[in-house]
Amino acid sequence: MAIAIEFNNVSKQYRLGLVSTKTLSHDIHRWWTVNIRGKEDPYLKIGSVNDRSSKADSEYVWALKDIDFKVEQGDVVGIIGKNGAGKSTLLKILSKVTGPTTGSIRARGRIGSLLEVGTGFHPEMTGRENIFLNGAILGMTKAEINRKLDEIIDFSGCERYIDTPVKRYSSGMTVRLGFAVAAFLEPEILVVDEVLAVGDAEFQRKAIGKMQDVSKGEGRTVLFVSHNMASIQQLCHHGILLKNGMVEKTGNVREVVDYYLGSMQTVNDFNREGNGAVRIIDFRIQNSSISLGENLEIEVDIEAKQNVTTIDASFDIKDESGKQVAHVASNDDEFQIGAMRSGEKKTIHCVIKNVNLAPGGYTSSIWIGTPYVEYDMVINCVRFSVTQNDTFIKRGTPYDKYSKVVLPSNWKQL
Amino acid sequence: MSESQEWTTVIKPKDKLLAVDFKELWRYRDLFTLFVKRNIITQYKQTVLGPLWFVIQPVLTVLMYMVVFGGIAGIATDGIPQPLFYLAGTCMWHYFSDCLLKTSNTFVSNSGLFGKVYFPRLITPLSNVTSNLLRFGIQMGLFIIVYVIYAIGGCTAHLTWYILLFPLLVIMMAGLALGFGVLISSLTTKYRDLQILFSFVISLWMYATPIVYPLSLAKGKMALGMDLYTIMRLNPVTPVLETFKYGALGAGEFVGWSWLGYSFVFMVVLLAVSIVVFNKTQKSFMDTV
Repeated sequence: MAIAIEFNNVSKQYRLGLVSTKTLSHDIHRWWTVNIRGKEDPYLKIGSVNDRSSKADSEYVWALKDIDFKVEQGDVVGIIGKNGAGKSTLLKILSKVTGPTTGSIRARGRIGSLLEVGTGFHPEMTGRENIFLNGAILGMTKAEINRKLDEIIDFSGCERYIDTPVKRYSSGMTVRLGFAVAAFLEPEILVVDEVLAVGDAEFQRKAIGKMQDVSKGEGRTVLFVSHNMASIQQLCHHGILLKNGMVEKTGNVREVVDYYLGSMQTVNDFNREGNGAVRIIDFRIQNSSISLGENLEIEVDIEAKQNVTTIDASFDIKDESGKQVAHVASNDDEFQIGAMRSGEKKTIHCVIKNVNLAPGGYTSSIWIGTPYVEYDMVINCVRFSVTQNDTFIKRGTPYDKYSKVVLPSNWKQL
Repeated sequence: MSESQEWTTVIKPKDKLLAVDFKELWRYRDLFTLFVKRNIITQYKQTVLGPLWFVIQPVLTVLMYMVVFGGIAGIATDGIPQPLFYLAGTCMWHYFSDCLLKTSNTFVSNSGLFGKVYFPRLITPLSNVTSNLLRFGIQMGLFIIVYVIYAIGGCTAHLTWYILLFPLLVIMMAGLALGFGVLISSLTTKYRDLQILFSFVISLWMYATPIVYPLSLAKGKMALGMDLYTIMRLNPVTPVLETFKYGALGAGEFVGWSWLGYSFVFMVVLLAVSIVVFNKTQKSFMDTV
């Protein structure tokens, strides 16, 4: 297979902080060193790895560092990573919005990028006028848009409002119209940022379907960024995991996503609360994908930073919409961890029995403390899913999506 | 597609200095016309008077000049009726200053758009300069109407052959505005100080250009030990404006081919320099804007 895109040691440096007189003095120093003395840019040598949470020791940071990979023609590649890993910077460089600091990218074919839907929409202009404007901004010619106009309007589902100014549209309609234009772009290489995450469920299905057509049927090369692992797995063949601006793992999309989800689950990646007298240092989940009605087993390692007399623990389980569905507390089992001295470590083991939550994805926070003090809480760190089985749900179709729990029932005619 | 096929896109940190991709600009010509259309359509949407504002603005300005410069200060107008003299100057100057103001914040005001999608950035200032022609045309129409009324009344103003230079003069105005505007837009992405400086430089610039007074007044006068008449003509806008006023009204005298040529060369050099700077900026401005 021919190579469609080739990244050669692409790096991107950013300067942190505000533009000030210090920037000016750096600029003058850089100009002096590079243009007058003919040496290398002094600020390219410094700069720290891009880790958002740790305090910076340099004003310069590498948003991307030595990115080096190839994408084959017709391949659909998902780029994943945490916020700030460099995904969007990578796409921006590829779409020529900003240049790389060092390195180069070579590509075969026209690159069309979709970093946002409805870029350049003017609220005072009608839907139809905006289709032309937006299409032209994305690189289509007027003739091309004219040819596809009916299809675009049809796909957007905004036919009735097409001659109304876009400022009267609902936000959902604006997004649909924007995506409809983008969906009919025909570049050889398509670069898509998290744009499918907007709109209602029906629209998302339609958008993902269109993306699948584009990649499968028409054999185009697609680079796709998303936080939605389900749509990444559905659309992509290969995955690239970025971490702190560097390529952490590449390969089959399944492997990369599994690796990413596995590596995600360390407590330091999550928001936390509490006074820190006792800290949660790690946790393990026996099986993150359980069948309806099975037990869920979790182990939590804790370490005391001060002497404490008693510790309770609990889990707050939330569904995909963020609504809490269960509170599982150690004192309901009349269990407590006794006194701990500073520096001492212990492990708690908990079995949540017969989980009869409606099939779907769940997250849980881990909490430790006493009725009066919160020692530590790691928010939404546990991820698990409950899958449908025929022990309690004998129907072949998916369980009712609005339900929160499954209540087993027996039925007969009297 | 085969392996032997050449790379069509290469993205590198720096381009060659004078690499204006005219082929690419041409490929995006539809975007250019759509931008022009957008600028025109959206200018007077949701206003009651609409394009009438293009006329009201110069009328009020001219009335003001008649009171302040013609009435109170008593500055001569080369024997031309005051409304005609001021209107000729204001219409030309406003086209220049509107283009300049619009293009001088190209990067800052379009950062949302530029940050999301690539197209040749030069399209934006070019479309601004072009869409401003509509307003200029309407104001010229007003000028012609006022001119005809005065001509019927029998006044001293008369056309000279130099009016045939009018298309060139408009191109020079546009070129100078584009050059200065694009240069300033590139320099202000990182340091906004220049933008603040620039906004009052424009208002001072108008007084350095013969709009509310005839250039002939500067003749034989000295300022800071130098000949004022020569200094004033160094302002590249002055020869353009003077030629127009001489061509359209017969006011004063022709500024001379060498001075008009000076303005033209100035414009060409300025355009070349500003496009180089603009090209250099468009690669990195997203990180600094």
